[in-house]
Amino acid sequence: MAHEATAAPHQHYYVPQPMPWPIMGSIALWLMMLGAVFVFNGMSGGWISIAAGFMVLLYMMFRWFGDVIRESEGMKYGRWEDVSFRWGMSFFIFSEVMFFAAFFGALFYVRVLSVPDLASLQNNEYLWPGFAALWPSAGPTFEQKFSPMAAWGLPAINTLLLLSSGVTVTIAHWALKENKRAMLNLFLFFTVALGVTFLFVQAYEYGHAYSELNLKLTTGVYGSTFFMLTGFHGFHVTVGAIMLSVILGRCLAGHFKPDHHFAFEGVAWYWHFVDVVWLGLFIFVYWL
Amino acid sequence: MSAVVDSHGHGHEHHHDHHGGYSGIMRWITTTNHKDIGTLYLWFSFIMFLVGGAMAMVIRLELFSPGLQWVNPDFFNQMTTMHGLIMVFGAIMPAFVGFANWLIPMQIGAPDMAFARMNNWSFWILPFAASLLVISFFMPGGAPGVGWTMYAPLTVQMGIGMDFTIFAVHLLGMSSIMGSINIITTILNLRAPGMTLMRMPLFCWTWLITAYLLVAAMPVLAGAVTMTLTDRHFGTSFFNAAGGGDPVLYQHIFWFFGHPEVYIIALPAFGVISQVIPAFSRKPLFGYASMVYATSAIAILSFIVWAHHMYTVGMPVTGQLFFMYATTLIAVPTGVKVFNWVATMWKGALSFETPMLFAIGFLFLFTLGGFTGLVLSLAAVDIQLHDTYYVVAHFHYVMAIGAVFAGFAGIYFWLPKWTGRMYDEKLGKWHFWLSTIFINMTFFVQHFSGLAGMPRRVPDYPLMFETWNKISSIGAFGFGLSQFLFLYIVLKAIRSGEKAKDKQWEGADSLEWTHLPSPAPYHSFETQPVIK
Ligand code: HEM
Ligand SMILES: [Cu+2]
Repeated sequence: MAHEATAAPHQHYYVPQPMPWPIMGSIALWLMMLGAVFVFNGMSGGWISIAAGFMVLLYMMFRWFGDVIRESEGMKYGRWEDVSFRWGMSFFIFSEVMFFAAFFGALFYVRVLSVPDLASLQNNEYLWPGFAALWPSAGPTFEQKFSPMAAWGLPAINTLLLLSSGVTVTIAHWALKENKRAMLNLFLFFTVALGVTFLFVQAYEYGHAYSELNLKLTTGVYGSTFFMLTGFHGFHVTVGAIMLSVILGRCLAGHFKPDHHFAFEGVAWYWHFVDVVWLGLFIFVYWL
Repeated sequence: MSAVVDSHGHGHEHHHDHHGGYSGIMRWITTTNHKDIGTLYLWFSFIMFLVGGAMAMVIRLELFSPGLQWVNPDFFNQMTTMHGLIMVFGAIMPAFVGFANWLIPMQIGAPDMAFARMNNWSFWILPFAASLLVISFFMPGGAPGVGWTMYAPLTVQMGIGMDFTIFAVHLLGMSSIMGSINIITTILNLRAPGMTLMRMPLFCWTWLITAYLLVAAMPVLAGAVTMTLTDRHFGTSFFNAAGGGDPVLYQHIFWFFGHPEVYIIALPAFGVISQVIPAFSRKPLFGYASMVYATSAIAILSFIVWAHHMYTVGMPVTGQLFFMYATTLIAVPTGVKVFNWVATMWKGALSFETPMLFAIGFLFLFTLGGFTGLVLSLAAVDIQLHDTYYVVAHFHYVMAIGAVFAGFAGIYFWLPKWTGRMYDEKLGKWHFWLSTIFINMTFFVQHFSGLAGMPRRVPDYPLMFETWNKISSIGAFGFGLSQFLFLYIVLKAIRSGEKAKDKQWEGADSLEWTHLPSPAPYHSFETQPVIK
C-alpha cells in the first residue's frame, strides 16, 4: 500500500521550542499553595506569598498564551494540530465533569443515604431527639433556623441568563464562520455581558443567603453542598467569562478566520459545559 | 514519505536548533523533547523510590521486634502515610509516565508528544508537589499520620501538615491529568500512516486506557481532598455527622478514585510485560485483540467495584453482594491476560535475559497477588482480613512486586535503545535474584501474620508475630540494599556499557527497534514512517 505515503494528509507536526513558562507556572502554584496554607492556619506572610504567586501566574499566562496566539496567527498550526487541540480540550472538559461529579456525588449521597440514616438510628431519641430526615437539612446538631434558596427567584433568572448566553455564543460562532465580523463581536460581547450579569446576580444571591436566610457555608451539610457546588460553578463561570473576554479582544484585533479559530471553539465548548453543569445545579440543588 | 504541500509554511531548519539556546540545567528545565522529559520522569521516580524506600526501612526497623523500639507511634504513622503516598504518586506513577514519554512517540511513529510544552509542565509540577510533602514533616505536628487513604475524620483533626498534603495531592492530580491528556491525544492523533489502533504495540494500548482512567479518576480525588480542606478550615460538614454529613462519604469518594488508581498502576505494567514476553519468546503476543478487550473490560469494571475496600464500614447485604460479584468479575479479564502471556511463551524459543527474568517474576508474583485479591473480594472472608497484614501482602504483591518488577523489566529492556549501551547481564541477573528472594521474604510471611490477625498500621504487636516480622524486616532491608546494585548497573551501563545493537533483542518488533538506531536520535520520526 505504497500509495498511502502520498495520500498522507500531513507532513509536519509543530513541536514548540523549549521555553521557561511551565516552570514559572509550577513556582506560581507552589507559592500560592504555600501562602494558602499559611493563611488558613493564621500564620503571617501567607497573603504575600499568594500575591507573589498570582503575579508570577499572570505573567506566565501572558507569555505562554502570547506564544500560542502568535504561533496560531503565524499559521504554524494546520489541520493536524487542530485535531490535537480538539482532543485535548475534550478530555480537559471531561476531567472537569468528573471534578463536578465528586461534588454532585456528595450531594446525592447525603440526600439519599446519610441524612435518612442519621434519622433512622435506633437510638435517635438518645442521640438526636427529634431529628427527622427532611431535606434541606443542616444535620442533627444545627440549632438555628435557616431557609433554603428558592428555585424560582434569582436562580431561575440565572438559568435564563446562562441559557441565553449559550445561544449568543452559538450565534457568534456562526457569524465567525460566515465572516460577519461585526455580528461576531456584538454577540460575543452579549455573551460576556450575560456571563458577568450572572455572576453579579449570584453574588447578590449569596449576600441574600447570608444576611436574610441565615444560609451559610457553615449551615450543616445543606450549606456545604449548596455553596461548594454553586461556588465552584461560579468560579468556572468566572474563568469562562475571562476566557471569552480574551477571545473578544482577539476578535476585535482581527484574529481568527472562518476556517481557523479553534481558540474560539474551545472556549465556546467550555462555556456550554458550564451551562450544562448549571442546569444540573438548578435541578438538583435548587429545584428538587 | 514524499513531501506534498507543507501547509505550515516552514521547512525543517528550525529543528537543527535542538535545545533552543538553553544549556546546562536550563536545558532540562525548559525542554519540550519527549525523550528528555521521559528521562526526567524516570530519574525523579527513582529518587522517590529511594525516599519512599527509606521510610519503609523505618517501618520495618520498628516492626523488627515487638514493643516500641525506635520511633514513637506518631512518627510511625507519618512514615506509613508518606511511604504510601510517595510510592504510589511519586515512584510508580511517574515511572510509567516516563516510559510512556520515551516510548509512545517512537512506537507509533510520532515526531513528539502532541503537546510538548504541556508535557514539560506535567513533569515540572512533580518536584514542587514532592517538596510540599517534604515540608509537611517540618511543620508543627509533623506530616499527617492518617494513612495514604487519608480518611476523614482523622484528616479533619490533623495539624498543618495535612494542608500541605492536600495541596500536594492537587498538584499531583494536575500533573497526571495533563500528562494523560497528552498521551491520549498523541495516540489518537499522531500515529504514523498505516499504524491503525489495532496494530499499535500493546504498551500504547494499555497507556491509552490508563490515561482515560486517570482523567476520569484524578479529579474525583481532587474533589475528595477539597472537601477535606473545607471541612478543616471553613466549617463545612461533608464528613461530619453532626452537620448531616458522613465520614463514610469520604471513603466512597476516595475509593471511587482508589480502585481505578490501582489499575492505573497495573495497566502500564501489563503493557511493559506484553512487550517483553513476546520479545524473549520470539513469538508475537498471543491473543493481541483479546488483550485489548481485556484491558478495556478491566478499565470499565474498575469503576464499579470500589466498595470492596469498605465491606466493614456497614453496608446493606445487597450492596456487599453487588460489589463482591463485580470484583470477582474483574478477575476474568485479568485471567485472560495471564493466560495470554503464558500462551505466548508456549513453544516459544525462550531465552532468559534480565528483562525476561523480571517479566516471568512478574507473571508469577503478580498472579499470586491477584489470587489474594480474589480471596479478599469475598465479603464474608474480607471481614476477617480487612486492615490486617494479609491486605498489605496482597497489594504489595500486585504493586511493590508486580508494578515494580515490570518497571525493572522495562528499564533493562529499553536501556540499550535509550542509551545505546548494554547493561551488565551478569549483574542484572544478580539484581533479579536478590530482589526476588528478598521481596518474597518480606511479603510472603505477611500472609501468615495477616491471617493470624496482625493489624496493619500499628507500630507494636503481640509476641506471637515476632518471627514473621523478623523475617519480613530482614527481607525488606535486603531488598532495599539490592536496589543500590540496580543504580550501579544503570550508571555503569550509561558510562561504560558495551555498544548496543540497533535491534538489541532479536524478537523485538516495535518501531523503536526496527526503524531507529541505538541510541534513538534526539528527534525520531520527524518524517513519519509508513506502516504496511
Ligand atoms: C484480581 C484483581 C484484584 C482483586 C480482586 C483485588 C481485590 C482487593 C480487595 C477486596 C481489597 C480490599 C481488602 C481490604 O482492605 O480488606 C484490595 C485492596 C487493595 N488492592 Fe487489590 N485487588 C486486585 C488487584 C489489585 C491490583 C492490580 C492492585 C494494584 C496494582 C491492587 C492494589 C490494592 C491496594 C493498594 C489495596 C489496599 C488499599 C488500602 O487499604 O490501603 N489490587 N484488593
Ligand atoms: Cu480495589
